[in-house]
Amino acid sequence: MNIFQKLAVKPWSDDAHVDMTVEGGFHATPAKVGLRFFLFVVSVLFFLLTAAYFMRKGMIDWVKLPLPPLLMVNTMVLVAASFALQWAKNSGRDGNLKNLRLGLVLGGVLTIGFLVGQMMVWEDLSALGYFAATNPSNAFFYLFTGLHGLHMVGGLVAWGRATSSAWRSDADVEQLTQRTDLCAAYWHYLLLIWLYVFGLLIIT
Amino acid sequence: MIFAIVIFLLTIGTVAFHFWSPWYLTELASNWSGMDDALTITFVITGVVFVLINLFLAYAVFKYRHKEGSRADYEPENKKLELWLTGLTSIGVVALLAPGLVVWADFVDVPEDAMVVEAVGQQWTWTFRYPGDDGILGAADPTFMTIDNPFGLNPDDPYGQDDIVVEDNEGHLPTGGPVKMLLRSKDVLHDFYVPQIRAKMDLVPGIETYFWFEPTRVGEFEILCAELCGTGHYTMRGLLVVQEKADFDLWLSEQPTFGELSAEAVAELSTELSTE
Amino acid sequence: MAHATMADDLTELYHPKTFIGKYIWSQDHKVIAIQYTITAVSVGLVALTLSWFMRLQIGFPGMFEFIDADSYYQFTTMHGMIMVIYLLTALFLGGFGNYLIPLMIGARDMVFPYLNMLSYWVYLLSVIILMASFFAPGGPTGAGWTLYPPQAILAGTPGQEWGIMLMLTSLIVFIVAFTMGGLNYVTTVLQARTKGMTLMRMPLSVWGIFVATILGLLAFPALLVSGIMMSLDKLIGTSFFMPAIVSMGEQLEYSGGSPVLFQHLFWFFGHPEVYIVALPAFGIVSDILSTHARKNIFGYRMMVWAILVIGGLSFVVWAHHMYVSGMNPFFGFFFATTTLIIAVPTAIKVYNWVLTLWKGDIHLTVPMLFAIGFIFTFINGGITGLFLGNVAVDVPLSDTYFVVAHFHMVMGVSPVLVVFAALYHWFPKITGYEFNERLGKIHFWGTFLGTYAIYLPMHYLGILGMPRRYYDYLDAAFIPDSAYLMNQSITIAALIVGAFQMVFFANVIYSLIKKKKSDPNPWNATTLEWQTPDNPPVHGNWGPTLPVVHRWAYDYSVPGAEKDFLPQNMPRGADPNAQEEHT
Ligand code: HEM
Ligand SMILES: [Cu+2]
Ligand SMILES: [Cu+2]
Repeated sequence: MNIFQKLAVKPWSDDAHVDMTVEGGFHATPAKVGLRFFLFVVSVLFFLLTAAYFMRKGMIDWVKLPLPPLLMVNTMVLVAASFALQWAKNSGRDGNLKNLRLGLVLGGVLTIGFLVGQMMVWEDLSALGYFAATNPSNAFFYLFTGLHGLHMVGGLVAWGRATSSAWRSDADVEQLTQRTDLCAAYWHYLLLIWLYVFGLLIIT
Repeated sequence: MIFAIVIFLLTIGTVAFHFWSPWYLTELASNWSGMDDALTITFVITGVVFVLINLFLAYAVFKYRHKEGSRADYEPENKKLELWLTGLTSIGVVALLAPGLVVWADFVDVPEDAMVVEAVGQQWTWTFRYPGDDGILGAADPTFMTIDNPFGLNPDDPYGQDDIVVEDNEGHLPTGGPVKMLLRSKDVLHDFYVPQIRAKMDLVPGIETYFWFEPTRVGEFEILCAELCGTGHYTMRGLLVVQEKADFDLWLSEQPTFGELSAEAVAELSTELSTE
Repeated sequence: MAHATMADDLTELYHPKTFIGKYIWSQDHKVIAIQYTITAVSVGLVALTLSWFMRLQIGFPGMFEFIDADSYYQFTTMHGMIMVIYLLTALFLGGFGNYLIPLMIGARDMVFPYLNMLSYWVYLLSVIILMASFFAPGGPTGAGWTLYPPQAILAGTPGQEWGIMLMLTSLIVFIVAFTMGGLNYVTTVLQARTKGMTLMRMPLSVWGIFVATILGLLAFPALLVSGIMMSLDKLIGTSFFMPAIVSMGEQLEYSGGSPVLFQHLFWFFGHPEVYIVALPAFGIVSDILSTHARKNIFGYRMMVWAILVIGGLSFVVWAHHMYVSGMNPFFGFFFATTTLIIAVPTAIKVYNWVLTLWKGDIHLTVPMLFAIGFIFTFINGGITGLFLGNVAVDVPLSDTYFVVAHFHMVMGVSPVLVVFAALYHWFPKITGYEFNERLGKIHFWGTFLGTYAIYLPMHYLGILGMPRRYYDYLDAAFIPDSAYLMNQSITIAALIVGAFQMVFFANVIYSLIKKKKSDPNPWNATTLEWQTPDNPPVHGNWGPTLPVVHRWAYDYSVPGAEKDFLPQNMPRGADPNAQEEHT
């Protein structure tokens, strides 16, 4: 039954339409479903920022900010981090704890590298006099990158918990894989968001 | 039982209060009788609905109150009834919306020949500017604002020189023609609100907003600020004096122009310098 | 893996032994619900007290020295924000949502109990930050609960240094808390329903809370974004919302920003926020009406669809708060139309409530009194919404006391009546004790009649043209003396209504001391929370096996059945005489 059919059921009638053997709804773990909703919320956040961006951009005082080439490098690093986590997850699926650990660490280190790179971009820009207060386009740049960075930091907290549990002597590979799976999904999505933000800043 | 009676009394009482209330619209002083009519239409339609539903509610509470041995009906839904109610409600909503939108179409369509007057708000006073003989308001910008140039008029704009500026919280308008109020704020949001005019509009720093009306009644009306603008919000009171055209012209001719005021300021400065 | 997550044994839940583990750092949704409720009601009392101060000033201008213009605006702002966000949103979702969702859908707990606990503590932090602004230099912000820039962060507004920053910080923290809770509620409803609990068998309470939570998850980001941007404008001098300004004769550094942009973001959050409060109230009141009228809710499917349609439409009406904001006036056509369209599903809900009573067997218990009281006040408040949504009618009324009366009727009084209906309804479940019926009735009559005495006349003061957010009317010529007299009487009514709320607290304390054990299902209700093996339910809710659901939540007075209610977990055919419908 699709959702519309489900909502059209007359619930006071008998059990015929009800599968009495299952609980819940989606075919996914609650954590996965929760994460999907969270990513949805994150998307709304960036969508609203984009709307604000275009409204503000319409004003006369907008001066485009030159984008430092370092951003390109950072993007690569983030792509690599995403791959590393995916690899970690796949290794976990195959029961390879060693590679899972390696992938996790690699993913985290690359992400930290990305964040450090973003900070360097900020420093370079402010050294050149592009302060947030100087022009709204600068302000939006700092806002977009800052919020994205904060989300990455949040991801690193979850990553930290997963990684530290990977070294416990009683590490349960299946559970660890699930956690890594969540991390990987989050990373992929935030990579997408970063590509979106980066693209937006380049095009406009 | 008591509850049913209370609902009944509250319903009747509300209607009675409506008619008995000494507080209602102030006497209209503009062309916006359409807004008053739209309000009346809304009161009539929603009033009927209010009374009908609540009387039904009171009756239901009375009739179906629990009695020994009584048992409720079992009726999950009634498609026909629900469709009817939805349809009737939709008709009611259209009947409310249509007259409102007609008035609004009038509101957004400023007459070509409207006289242009500017009201400028700041915490917590009003000032006014009239276009002068050329009929055009000079360019203005907050960056030009100084004590001697409180309107921020561009001193190099020739259209600005003959603008007439009035700084004492009192604006005048003539009857007999539409007025387009241009609104500017120096600092925060304000709102140009004269209850008797009905129409109102926010003043927004950074942009120029506007609305139009036609003063229809000679008199003095209070301008209130209707958008919270800080501690002194409630004191931000101005006066709108509506006069016959001739009286208005006379008044206007007595007001200084921007050019004169700047010249005066320059003269003052030089006397100050020479006495030193 | 697919569905086995809510495994049927209790070992999965963490069972703390110590008092602190049980009642402070608890992960039990019922304890968290109570924590949310107590905190929300406590700040609500602060907001109530502030409303007294405001009313004292309006009724008797200048008589109370401690209320000067600055503090009046600070009280107004804090009152409004606390009531809307920290009381009602937190109470309906954090309080009722937490308590009811797992019990009503037959789950042992929320799916992320740890996150749930965290959500409460972060919420508490946001409340503490907000309260701290009363003690900060300059006091809390006085910018109005809408926090419009530029005013909110400029000289001339109280609390423009510390107050506003604490407010914004507190809101951001609140949003974090809400997101943690909200993800939990949504996922729990989707994933943790027990066997047989299809979406359309869920009680309307769960539907209302579920859709409201989704609205919250979509709407709060707008407040977050605008809060962050305003903080940046204030702290590091960006110009998101700040144009060139001459403030108090001084040129500021800002340029080019747009105050109207803030208003769009704020109301993109602000309007759905109204429904974040209203939808749970709609749902809960539906269940209470049905239970105490011993009759199925009329038009259940229509009720669910209406909740969904209202939820969806609530994202395309926001600019009806901005008809005179200086935005392009042509938007007025669009937003007036969408706003009036929402009236249709909303009206359908009202009809169905009334039709639920029709041919019912109405027990005028205390919760039922509040629920029917809600119908009356909501009709009133909904109707005035039609005035304000219709752009040409709104223009004269906007920013007058008509608006104040309208939103208090529709999202102040009405939801609060539902809150009390719900608290009385579930009190025996939450505590296991009976409450005192007589005190409950006294509380109802005082609240219901008193609030009407406050707000009915207020509409007419608004039509007269009295603007809102006025510390003093300074003898404006268009205001007759009788209006000041009316304001005094409103103030007295407000004080009385406030006093009547103490009856409620007295009732709670009295009942907790008296400890008169309640029947586990005193209202003979069908929904699952009344069918728990223990009363009040213990951690884990259901004993060794989860309930299995065989029917919808509204099998009241089924023809032929022996009892006038068939619980949701009662198998079909268990009452051989009941004429159950078949497809
Ligand atoms: C009997 C209880 C209450 C009384 C006496 C009361 C009274 C007031 C008063 C006097 C104002 C200020 C109006 C003005 O100066 O413009 C106000 C504003 C407000 N109230 Fe209440 N109120 C009560 C309950 C509530 C509740 C339950 C809510 C929840 C929605 C609420 C929400 C608001 C809001 C949002 C504002 C606007 C604040 C602002 O203008 O920034 N109030 N109230
Ligand atoms: Cu003002
Ligand atoms: Cu709204």
